[in-house]
Amino acid sequence: MTPDPRTPDREVAIVAFAQTVHRRRTDELSEVEMLMPVLHDVLRQTGLKTSDIGFTCSGSSDYLAGRAFSFTMALDGVGAWPPISESHVEMDGAWALYEAWVKLLTGQADTALVYAYGKSSPGSVRDVLTRQLDPYYLAPLWPDSVALAALQARALIDAGHTDEPALASVAARSREDATANPHAQLPGRRPQGDYVVAPLRTGDCPPVGDGAAAVVLAVGDTARALCARPAWIRGMDHRIEAHALGLRDLTDSPSTRLAAERAGAFDLPHGPQGMGGAPNVDTAELHAPFSSQEVVLRRALDLDDGVRVNPSGGALAANPMMAAGLIRLGEAAARIHRGASDRALAHATSGPCLQQNLVAVLEGDSRAR
Amino acid sequence: MSAAPVPDTLRAPLVVEFPFTRSLGPVQSAFLTGLRERTVLGVRAADGRVLVPPVEYDPETAAELRELVEVGATGTVTTWAWNPEPRAGQPLTTPFAWVLVRLDGADTTLLHALDAPGPDAVRTGMRVRVRWATERAGAITDIACFEPYESADVHGTRPHDGVFDDPVGGIVAPARLDYTYSPGRAQTGYLQALTERKTVGERCPSCTKVYVPPRGACPTCGVATTDRVEVGPRGTVTTFCIVNIKAKNLDIEVPYVYAHIALDGAGLALHGRIGGIPYDQVRMGLRVEPVWTEGSRYPDHYRHCGEPDADYDAYKELL
Repeated sequence: MTPDPRTPDREVAIVAFAQTVHRRRTDELSEVEMLMPVLHDVLRQTGLKTSDIGFTCSGSSDYLAGRAFSFTMALDGVGAWPPISESHVEMDGAWALYEAWVKLLTGQADTALVYAYGKSSPGSVRDVLTRQLDPYYLAPLWPDSVALAALQARALIDAGHTDEPALASVAARSREDATANPHAQLPGRRPQGDYVVAPLRTGDCPPVGDGAAAVVLAVGDTARALCARPAWIRGMDHRIEAHALGLRDLTDSPSTRLAAERAGAFDLPHGPQGMGGAPNVDTAELHAPFSSQEVVLRRALDLDDGVRVNPSGGALAANPMMAAGLIRLGEAAARIHRGASDRALAHATSGPCLQQNLVAVLEGDSRAR
Repeated sequence: MSAAPVPDTLRAPLVVEFPFTRSLGPVQSAFLTGLRERTVLGVRAADGRVLVPPVEYDPETAAELRELVEVGATGTVTTWAWNPEPRAGQPLTTPFAWVLVRLDGADTTLLHALDAPGPDAVRTGMRVRVRWATERAGAITDIACFEPYESADVHGTRPHDGVFDDPVGGIVAPARLDYTYSPGRAQTGYLQALTERKTVGERCPSCTKVYVPPRGACPTCGVATTDRVEVGPRGTVTTFCIVNIKAKNLDIEVPYVYAHIALDGAGLALHGRIGGIPYDQVRMGLRVEPVWTEGSRYPDHYRHCGEPDADYDAYKELL
């Protein structure tokens, strides 16, 4: 019998998660000074030392703070001596987690430290993000991140998938939920404000700020020893769409749907004892920096009202660039750790208008055991 | 030694700016040269669709695309977003609409700006045409913007060989990003001490090494450096090199010596120039002191301080 490629041989779980209190500015802290307490937090939660970690992987971007090779400085916070096995992605930390997951699946390590950080306060992130666009046809026009999201929002409204009041309710629900999240930058309902780029208002846009996050991954019995209820990664996949916006249907996210399929999000729960009758997922942490993007993702993932979406408040409550996707995985895992979820979907995005998407399915052991 | 207080945060403007010089593939070259000649070209994809703006490779099959066609300079808005406050570098300086436009004959859309009096004058499905820039060089900005223009959608294309006189082979894309840099707690303390002509490091509470300049963390132990320690002012040359090539804009005669200097009390060497002594007399173990110039925020160079050379054993761990 051919093994199902989606069912890996090794079980890997998120066993610890930590994040900063996300803030508009952190002028008094260098990047490593901002990151280090988060690294110490996840290590303390697991009792591991740097020397116990088999693989370390991080996600960040030098463009945010305008600091060349900032990730090498950030490594100072890890304590990388004697030399550690380490890697870095110039992407959201969710993709660093993906690399670490693959490393653990291959058997090259049993534990991994994954972290991500972003300081957007030194620069103007709307302009910085234009530099990731096609340099021939897009970047010379300096179309900022809000403008591109607004084109997508208008397309959704024209297609009848949402309207401005519905977008406002996404924003209100997110910030309302964030009142229970001590790390959120924008807790509590607030006015939608003026148009930034119509049809998106201030309330539809994520806050700009600084923050960091870290998780620890572990395999099998190591995970069970480090965490009372590990958040097992049952599947994970990421997919990318064409970079030219004009080639895409901005009202849909086929890359999210395909990644979710490949991650097993639409399959029945398949824990060790099964979870007969349980819903596919009870929680979804979606990385939707703009309210309109939650509409796209809900449709792509076919989420019904029974699924709790972004109980953390999501990226509308705190959006530290390069960390906000990893935080979705961490928040979903933390909910499983504390028994608030049995099976959760976590999503991360990168690029303009949800260009690239990662989906993971996390599951806790049956509490009947 | 004292617990490092939280100093006032330093800030300074930081500009990251460079002109990216990018070469063009044959399809991009034909498209951008065409814009210079007020002609809009698309490319036919493997599935028969006409892609505008055109790409070198099929977005679905990766097949090389070469069949160029000419499309209209008129088109239809497929989505739009009203931009009340244009930002630096954007196509218009007055409020405008970002639009995706499907040009007549094309099956995909192009991003650009639409010059319109206000959001009430813009709707999905409206007809527009290219407003050409007066000065055109072979770039996407040769389209100044779009403007409202009622016309029939004649959805047709004409074959085009993509050949123009003097085709553009590349673009220069200037990129400038403005930042306000703040160095963090540890480096702020270091910089503030320098204004008093003092050099301070920070000690690792775990391995007791003193880092100069401090970056706030011990890279060996992965913990915050906590205690501020003044080091120097004298130090020892641990190793050095002789620079024979004059750097651009540098007002120093070659050859000169660039050295690693372990300031007394520091756990690692910093680097600086050695002056006041012939370059071929500089040696490992040479004892040096900083030389400050008026108004400078850091030592201009280091010079021999007259002490006998340090024993190798005294600095061998700092090499």
